[in-house]
Amino acid sequence: MSVEAATIRTEPDAAVPAGRRAVIRIEGLVVEYKGRGFGQGATVAVKGLDLQVYAGEAFGFLGPNGAGKTSTMQVLLGFQPPTRGAAYIYGVDVREPIARQRIGYLPEMTYYYKFLTAEELLRFYGRLFHIGGAELESRIGAVLKLVDLEAARKRLIKTYSKGMQQRIGLAQALINNPDLLILDEPTSGLDPPGRMKVREIIQRLKTEGRTVLFSSHELGEAETVCDRIAIIDRGELKVVGQVADLVKEYQMDLERIFLKIIGYPPPAQP
Amino acid sequence: MNTIFCLAGIVIKELYRRKDFYVLFVITAVITLMMSTVSFFHQAGIVRYLKDICLLLIWISSLVIAVVTAARQIPAERESRTIFPLLAKPVSRWQVVAGKFTGCWLACGLALAVFYLFFGAVCGAKEGHLALPQYFQAAWLQWAMLAVVISMVLLGSVVFSAPSANVTICFAVVAGILIVGAYLAKLAALQPPLAAGLLTLLYFMIPHLEWFYGVRERLVFDQDLIGWGDCALATAYAAAYVAVFLCATWLVFRRKALTA
Repeated sequence: MSVEAATIRTEPDAAVPAGRRAVIRIEGLVVEYKGRGFGQGATVAVKGLDLQVYAGEAFGFLGPNGAGKTSTMQVLLGFQPPTRGAAYIYGVDVREPIARQRIGYLPEMTYYYKFLTAEELLRFYGRLFHIGGAELESRIGAVLKLVDLEAARKRLIKTYSKGMQQRIGLAQALINNPDLLILDEPTSGLDPPGRMKVREIIQRLKTEGRTVLFSSHELGEAETVCDRIAIIDRGELKVVGQVADLVKEYQMDLERIFLKIIGYPPPAQP
Repeated sequence: MNTIFCLAGIVIKELYRRKDFYVLFVITAVITLMMSTVSFFHQAGIVRYLKDICLLLIWISSLVIAVVTAARQIPAERESRTIFPLLAKPVSRWQVVAGKFTGCWLACGLALAVFYLFFGAVCGAKEGHLALPQYFQAAWLQWAMLAVVISMVLLGSVVFSAPSANVTICFAVVAGILIVGAYLAKLAALQPPLAAGLLTLLYFMIPHLEWFYGVRERLVFDQDLIGWGDCALATAYAAAYVAVFLCATWLVFRRKALTA
């Protein structure tokens, strides 16, 4: 065993069930933010979250603003260390950079180097995954074709429209041919054709057998795309299950289920 | 290593697309050319003043490039949130720090090479000969000193919230070291015990950038080369400070919230 392999934190073997192996496993996750002002207590964003996402499924992570979705995603991507608990991706502790080798991540907003052209950006991100030469060039061509940006590959990103920037975001998330895609509000701010395009791409990735985890406020979108969903509110996991099962159990559509679970409308004060 | 050089490549690309370097180069080139046409004391062969002023310009220009470029690296990543897609790749925060440092240092090296080539060409044409080893040694030691400055600025960029504050403080610290660094020990001898102890501690803690500045004077006054062993020791001295500053930067940055 190499020194590097020996020092990488991995999931304990006992935690892996005999049958299906979880791509993402979150165990007792607690995320707290220290108060910034004098005398301000800590804010608990996530309270003991347990969750598994299995290979090949499209998983919707839903919740109102401030529910703890972003904090959970930040832990999964290694941006934020968990206060307590642990999270693993493909059995590797998310605090290890190598855990992100098989991940593609699309942030909610377009956060890319605007002084680069599309192909320069993709070449840069591809090299971070140690892809090079002809393989990288062929992948750049393939992902640009997938997101319909071949004609604009030599244009600086700062000249792109919002929709084009979102699509280059999707292209960079796919440059390493990831097995797991983490999409944070993938259709946020897009016009209807842009949304449809992104949705088509997600569907296509799903049919290719990739695992997709995405957070969204678009419940219709989640209902269309997802196999399973989880609803989180005030840091607590409220419900997790297959969309069809939940609709059957609650006898209402996903939007009503969501509103019921988060307690909307709030009960009237006596 | 590949990751670090990838990150460094982005820093260099940003620098030449932002065109800061061209502005400084044009100013330095114009002043150098103007100086080369001036005849000091009606003696066409006197190039000491030309060298003195032009080297000062090169020092100032390269310091400006080093401080300004290094100061905006990590804060700009956080402010524009490009740090998120970057750290979502198999990249550690240590690699980000090392990549940013390497990029800034290489960019400064390129700028220095261009400055010295131009300066050497102008002085060589005026003097009729070119002391290549002296020029190489001066450029190398200045580059080593810039490595210390860049690593110090990177540390400042994760400590201070505003890049402008970092730039101001770093310029003040560098200028302070260059001006009074050498006199701290002498000053300590004149102080009461407590102040003397503090000044002596400060003398041994700060990176003595003024030692590198001395090389400039050797070039101006056509003095002999510094021994290559001493040159290697000076490089090792700079490398030690770079290592300390970069480790401190990583220690602060690894726990830092990613949003500005």
